[in-house]
Amino acid sequence: MTDMIYFDNAATSLPKPPAVGHAVLEAINTFGGAGRGGHPAALAASRCLFQARKAVARLVGSAAGRTAFTANATDSLNIAIAGLLTREDHVITTVLEHNSVLRPLYKLRSQGMGLSIVGIDQKGNLDYDGFRRLLRPNSKAVVCTHASNLTGTITNLAFLADFCQENGLLLIVDASQTAGVFPIDADKLGIDVLCFTGHKGLLGPQGTGGLCIRQGLAVLPLKVGGSGLHSYDEIHPADMPEALEAGTANAHGIAGLLAGVEYILETGIDTIRNKELELAQCFRQGISAIPGVHIYGDPDSPHAPIVTMNIGSMDSSEAGDRLATLYNICVRTGAHCAPLAHLALGTREQGAVRFSFSSFNTEQEIQKGICAVAEIAAEWEQR
Amino acid sequence: MDRTKQPKLVITFPTTTAAMAMEAACQAGQGRLIPIPREINGGCGLAWCAEPQLGDMLLQVMAENNISYQEKRIISLY
Repeated sequence: MTDMIYFDNAATSLPKPPAVGHAVLEAINTFGGAGRGGHPAALAASRCLFQARKAVARLVGSAAGRTAFTANATDSLNIAIAGLLTREDHVITTVLEHNSVLRPLYKLRSQGMGLSIVGIDQKGNLDYDGFRRLLRPNSKAVVCTHASNLTGTITNLAFLADFCQENGLLLIVDASQTAGVFPIDADKLGIDVLCFTGHKGLLGPQGTGGLCIRQGLAVLPLKVGGSGLHSYDEIHPADMPEALEAGTANAHGIAGLLAGVEYILETGIDTIRNKELELAQCFRQGISAIPGVHIYGDPDSPHAPIVTMNIGSMDSSEAGDRLATLYNICVRTGAHCAPLAHLALGTREQGAVRFSFSSFNTEQEIQKGICAVAEIAAEWEQR
Repeated sequence: MDRTKQPKLVITFPTTTAAMAMEAACQAGQGRLIPIPREINGGCGLAWCAEPQLGDMLLQVMAENNISYQEKRIISLY
């Protein structure tokens, strides 16, 4: 079997820069509890968290004091949605959302909150006029992804920021597919809450993530408990960022996240993005001419480095299994936790095969991927 | 080890992040992080401990770096 080719970076980026693993190993052997004392081991962990807050905030245009760490983007989105919205409100979201957005919203909807969902056209582009059509007097927020994890289609955040500002709405953004790859200036753009995960474009370990909150916005915590502060108070401290960080932080993981973000800052986000988009474009072009291959998403719209396709009516799971077992190529198949996007694209039954690239992929790997798709498609056509 | 109590300037913060920002903003000789003394707070957390004569300078450091603090007191500490 040839060396593994990893095209599933939209799920978890792999490989990581070597410094990430080194940082986690160093941390796990030296760190005490962050914010849990003034001894050297605790201070080492606290310093790491502070450096990581600064680095992430610098990358996404926020501030260290308003950047709270969580376990992942799902954690962050649950905090933001539950901490800002009530059953009295109405929220607008989109069909491009991951279940990490949809399920917390459905949960609130079941308690009485109004929820409207903006659709997409046949190419997968958002119906931006839909936001105005769906506006209600009690609309409180727009919750949306910065890029579809299914098609890679980028959301026009500038449009949504203006729309939210004009109508007095909060803008909560899921940057799972874009943080670390696409430039984001949360404060300048007017994003109220930016949710991110550490294990994708930020190149950190799984179990790391966070959210950046706009200055002056108070988010009610989802969890309360140990904070390392004001232990005799019955109420959890309200000051950011620890207000949203009850319990001992994953400082070992955040040490790795810091190393990942430092790699991005040193390498340059533009350099990383350009490489990834070139690879994605090369792959897209390569498979577009293969008979039986259908690619989802509008090639003329801005995209994250994701190419999603199907081969004829072949079950996407079968295609993914063949790629894995015959070619040692890792892709994501099935529903991608994006049920509404699949329903809109008509791929509920078949699912889809998602290729997602990182700057560590090579042109040679792309060519091998194209050849593998061509062979599987040819076999399918001749069945 | 000197076991004579000396007056020290102790500054407390609303968050650990603010305490860490203070450490990052200060230079060697301008103080250090300590567990909050019981005279200030019966709970836990970190405080900045420095020589009392550095008070004005440290206030300026906090203002320049947008670091919020809770209390600033002179306490006799070992």
